[in-house]
Amino acid sequence: MENTIEEGKNNQSTTETAAANFKYILVGIFFGIVFVKSEVVSWFRIQEMFRLSSFHMYGVIGTAVVVATISTLIIKKFKIKTLQGEDVVFSERPLNKGNVIGGLLFGFGWALTGACPGPMYGLIGSGFFVFTAALASAILGTYTYGILKDKLPH
Amino acid sequence: MDFIRQPWHWSVAGVLIGLTVPLLYLIGNKPFGISSSFRHICAACLPQTKFFDYDWKKESWNLFFVFGIFLGGIVSATLLADPNPIKINPVTQQQLADLGVTQFSQLEPTDIFSFKGLLTAKGFILIVVGGFLVGFGTRYAGGCTSGHSITGISNFQLSSLIATICFMAGGFFVTWLVLPLIFKL
Repeated sequence: MENTIEEGKNNQSTTETAAANFKYILVGIFFGIVFVKSEVVSWFRIQEMFRLSSFHMYGVIGTAVVVATISTLIIKKFKIKTLQGEDVVFSERPLNKGNVIGGLLFGFGWALTGACPGPMYGLIGSGFFVFTAALASAILGTYTYGILKDKLPH
Repeated sequence: MDFIRQPWHWSVAGVLIGLTVPLLYLIGNKPFGISSSFRHICAACLPQTKFFDYDWKKESWNLFFVFGIFLGGIVSATLLADPNPIKINPVTQQQLADLGVTQFSQLEPTDIFSFKGLLTAKGFILIVVGGFLVGFGTRYAGGCTSGHSITGISNFQLSSLIATICFMAGGFFVTWLVLPLIFKL
């Protein structure tokens, strides 16, 4: 329980070869292009969102949630299997005080950097190399959380 | 090619980002989420503590995925680069200009988000302190915009809805009440 991977957990029971991982690079490339070309990586677009002066980010996130929800319901309803023939695992996410406290801290950081985790990688690729500093700091932030975890309210 | 080079409409981006969720489920039983990559990098590269003592290699798909996002950034900035300056909402642009932002032509205000800007007090706070809060907050909250706001909500997780509301509340607070103070430094 101590070391639950609560996000992005590998739920595939079939062992995955190193070569199989290349398909995730392809999905990542596709995803990175969408991120940068739709400008959701931009500090300005995040500022517009928090200043309620553009619908763009609300449109992107809202549409993504609707499409993801419908897709998830279809997979559940028709019990669609993965390419490996496994049942899809839908992870439960624990409800605790961290959702609120951590969520607020994440929001502070999101408004400052104008980038959540995905855009950091995309921005470095786009030539905004200073985001290597933001990424390194984010990794250090996660490491600090790992050290302090047991002392924090959950 | 002009069609694909110009900024993409929110509906196109939203549909494609949304479809990433079933795509990852079906090609390898993976729930879409990005912030775990920070934790795996800690587990792989930094001194071990209990929180990072797990088989990160089993989770390495996430590292391949974020490496792909980085490559996608390169493709976007080269083959698919838009030659025109970014169009910012005039109200936001005026508010930011009043704060002291001077560069409005690229995806980022390069007066702040550059190595030169990093050495200023406001640049350091926006980039380094902001980055730290993103990394600390996302793990404390149990996920980020992708893992909670998209994957979690699409799976009807109450914790994800609460976290998303708090992401937004935190962002509004900093944008309206803290940024003006930082830009006075």
